[in-house]
Amino acid sequence: MSDALKHTPLHEEHLALGARMVPFAGWAMPVQYAGIIEEHHAVRNSAGIFDVSHMAEFRVFGFGALEFLQRMLTNDLLKITELGSAQYTLMLDEDGHLIDDLIVYHTGDLEYLIIANASNAETDFAWLKEHAPEDIELVDESERTALIAVQGPEALRIVGELAGPEWEAPSRFHIREAMLDSVPALVARTGYTGEDGVEIVCRASDAPLLWRALLSFGEVTPAGLGARDTLRLEVGYPLYGNDMDRTIDPISAGLGWVVPKDKTGYIGAERVAEIRAAGPQTKLAALLVPGAIPRPGMSVLHEGAVVGKVASGTFSPTLETGIATAYVPTSLAQVGTELSVEIRKKTVPATVVKTPFVSSTSLSA
Amino acid sequence: MAHPSDRVYSKDHEWVIVDGGVATIGISHFAQDQLGEVVYIDLPAVGDELAAGDSFGEIESVKSVSELFAPVSGEIVEVNSALDDSPETVNSDPHGAGWMVKVPLSDAAELDALMSAEDYDAFITEG
Repeated sequence: MSDALKHTPLHEEHLALGARMVPFAGWAMPVQYAGIIEEHHAVRNSAGIFDVSHMAEFRVFGFGALEFLQRMLTNDLLKITELGSAQYTLMLDEDGHLIDDLIVYHTGDLEYLIIANASNAETDFAWLKEHAPEDIELVDESERTALIAVQGPEALRIVGELAGPEWEAPSRFHIREAMLDSVPALVARTGYTGEDGVEIVCRASDAPLLWRALLSFGEVTPAGLGARDTLRLEVGYPLYGNDMDRTIDPISAGLGWVVPKDKTGYIGAERVAEIRAAGPQTKLAALLVPGAIPRPGMSVLHEGAVVGKVASGTFSPTLETGIATAYVPTSLAQVGTELSVEIRKKTVPATVVKTPFVSSTSLSA
Repeated sequence: MAHPSDRVYSKDHEWVIVDGGVATIGISHFAQDQLGEVVYIDLPAVGDELAAGDSFGEIESVKSVSELFAPVSGEIVEVNSALDDSPETVNSDPHGAGWMVKVPLSDAAELDALMSAEDYDAFITEG
């Protein structure tokens, strides 16, 4: 018997907009409003807003905060010494396997904000708490915060209008306070779509006000989890649960760039060094699958033999073709390798390509 | 919306309209709405045999795949090839330009097993 699904502070807004709601990580979430493809193009061409309030927010404060997070996370927090800067990072277990991927923001003196995947909220917090020293503050802010992403070439202009002429937008991978139409907020210039844009943290109770203020702009389209998935896969961003899980190490996942070779002392470091030295057995490869839609779990073949299965798979609205990722033996992960995907009863040709699948976005310009 | 009364409907959400002994088959407005924006359609070829109740193809959107089930039997005499390039026509005009295949009606009794528009509207509301 499952518990009732959790509601974000914007639940009623989604219903009022006629959203199709689906369960995700124990939450009732909008998968689409007008339609996935329409929402996808709106984000690539103008601006889309996403309710991502289901995600977790943890605040870490204290003299021991930096040391604590350096031990828990793979990336080097000395790169974000500057107040307001942020970095993408990973949390591993002692086997060097991925617990989560997340972003850590240096929000204040002796203070950091972590934004993590909804699907790992409980696991992440329990893991952090288990390892936290006595003298730091570790607070789960998730329940009283909402998170709204505004993504697309028009996103910064729109948020700038709400923030007023005195406000200067933070630069990429930075976070800054703003007063958005009387809503106090933290505006992070980060995102999961490959477009320029922001993720806005605010009080849960202010979320509907902020959401409606953003929607009052004609150029803004509400976008759901369906478009979120097509957008992120087009630019090669991984999804925990599909591309990573507790059996996967960062090197196989192609995330070695988030794990600096010269950093030691974090949980999982020894195993990562071993895997790096030996080379991973399998690697996450990106596949272009013309004329069909590959979906998670489908078999991937090389010369008739099954060599892996689709991790992430969808239709790319920008390229109008199927795109996917799959763990395959390292020797087959070379760009140009011809594989195939079993899509129901058909064997469909697929080619290993470089990511991103889509490279001209407002971020890459 | 009320489905058009000029045709009959199957439980699998296909419609059939007969003109001069030839049955045209497509999917209903309800079906295309449930599916979302159609990106691929897999239809049989002219000359293929349809058997009532059997799957004759697939229709796919970003989030889902559905099989197409033949509401009547017969040999396919025409396929709407325009849907290859513009599958979204199924969404914009499911009862008109979104038609899929035509078969000469081999057994008129098969139509008796299908629902009127009124019964279909009730069926989808209850479901």
